Amino acid sequence: MNDIKHDDMDCTQQNKTQLLSLALWTLAWVASTALLRFGAEYIWDYHPAYSISALITHLALGFAMIMVNVKHLANLDELQRKITMDAMGITLGVGLIAGIAYEQLEDIKLITFEPEISHLIMIMGITYILSILIGNGKYK
Amino acid sequence: MKNRLKVLRAERDWTQADLANALQVSRQTANAIEKGKFDPSLPLAFKIARLFNLTVEDIFIDDEKT
Repeated sequence: MNDIKHDDMDCTQQNKTQLLSLALWTLAWVASTALLRFGAEYIWDYHPAYSISALITHLALGFAMIMVNVKHLANLDELQRKITMDAMGITLGVGLIAGIAYEQLEDIKLITFEPEISHLIMIMGITYILSILIGNGKYK
Repeated sequence: MKNRLKVLRAERDWTQADLANALQVSRQTANAIEKGKFDPSLPLAFKIARLFNLTVEDIFIDDEKT
């Protein structure tokens, strides 16, 4: 057998490490979102100084999460990047189309409640996960 | 795009994981290229050619020519 050079950390291991890092930063951002929303109501009674601190922390963690995601994308191999970028494109399109249509529903009196941004985020999340699964299935 | 990767890999007794590791791509990507489901970029095609000491044309077959 011809020898082949092995790296200490292969591509899959690197991706797992980066995914864990991305998951942790995302978790921190989600926690900061909860703190911002519920902290003001239940912990510091809408004190502006604490709310501003929580908002700055939330934005800083969000920015860090974006940068980790950019780094993660840059380290993916070309097929993985294609699958991820395709999923992101589909999610953006679905988010835009569904978001505008959903927003119109109340205006044209098809729904009686005010559209919630959280519903749109859930649709985008589900779309992204499905797109990734379909993309991975396509190139299995 | 068709290719001779499976044959070339078998001649060297390499697994798909060995090939993926040598090319610094995931096993999924190595498998998709080998099966012709995904066409590699030009830099990756040259990397594959260098790995086997062949030219890109020796490994990849242009569908429009066949």
